[in-house]
Amino acid sequence: MADTQQIIDEIQKLAAEHFKVAPDHVAPDDDFFQKLGIDSLQALELLTRLENHFNIELPDYEMQGVVDFRTLADRISQRM
Amino acid sequence: MTTSAKTETLSWSCEQGIIELELHRAPANEIGSQTLEDLEGFVKALDELKIEAAALIIHSSIAAGFCAGADLRELYHTGKTMGEHDRITGVREFLNRIHAVLNVIDETPLTTIAAVHGTTFGGGFELALACDLIIADKMTRFCFPELRLGLIPGFGGIPRLKRDLGNAVVRDLLLTGRSMNATKAAQVGLVSQLVGEGKALVAARSTARQILKFDRGTSAAAKRFVKPIPHAELREEIDIFCDLFSRPAVDAGLRKFVESEDPYPYLP
Repeated sequence: MADTQQIIDEIQKLAAEHFKVAPDHVAPDDDFFQKLGIDSLQALELLTRLENHFNIELPDYEMQGVVDFRTLADRISQRM
Repeated sequence: MTTSAKTETLSWSCEQGIIELELHRAPANEIGSQTLEDLEGFVKALDELKIEAAALIIHSSIAAGFCAGADLRELYHTGKTMGEHDRITGVREFLNRIHAVLNVIDETPLTTIAAVHGTTFGGGFELALACDLIIADKMTRFCFPELRLGLIPGFGGIPRLKRDLGNAVVRDLLLTGRSMNATKAAQVGLVSQLVGEGKALVAARSTARQILKFDRGTSAAAKRFVKPIPHAELREEIDIFCDLFSRPAVDAGLRKFVESEDPYPYLP
């Protein structure tokens, strides 16, 4: 199983690529809605990217209340 | 014969035996009264178009996705101007009209393809389910979020999904309200072709050209044989929806959605 830091790094890389920002624009504890300026539908795009990348299913109710990359990585690691 | 038209929410054209219906209402092709009226205009035109065509492709030019479903903001605000009886009557009339549209698309002798991407939720999912084939790009997500509002899907989604898939998948989507990505949807048999980002329409056009090679009467007979319309369940769905719609939980759910500042208002 990948460690949490590795998952965080991969999430940030995917998010930066998808939303076309520099990789160093985002940090593990950033509120990704605010930092990336995204809405809920765009968050679903990120969710799909993550599911495809990590080859898991992450039901969207697992995303409720999650706004930072670190917590998101934790939710993903619980499914791997 | 008119071979193309453009309205406020959609446009369509017919060339070389292939009809393309494009949804283009920002922000996410929510289906409200205007989209319904425009869809009714399209299915009326389909009467003549289907004489010359063999295939119909439905797709969206909106980046957010195929369609986010019913226009809940319109539903909420319109309902606020009405008394209880008129509100229920209005919803039933809307459902009867959208069911009539989707039944025409479902049973047309044309072979129909939904080329989907991104958000394909609620009524948008139900529109795709009326088609014979769903071709999805890998960023598509399917969802029935209606239980969050105290409702069931109202545009024919449950009977049509039951027709196509095992009941366990239907229960998973319906009772959890979770969204399903296109890869999983292809694994369970909902999606017939899974393609790369932005490639659904290209794949749909290629498939439509294949369909053109067949005798249209034979294709229509094959479709009638394998794709019966579940009329009784569709009518029952409207009744259940309207019964649920009169409950206070629905008004509370709609208000929560419309007024929400939650970062995930589309998620149950």
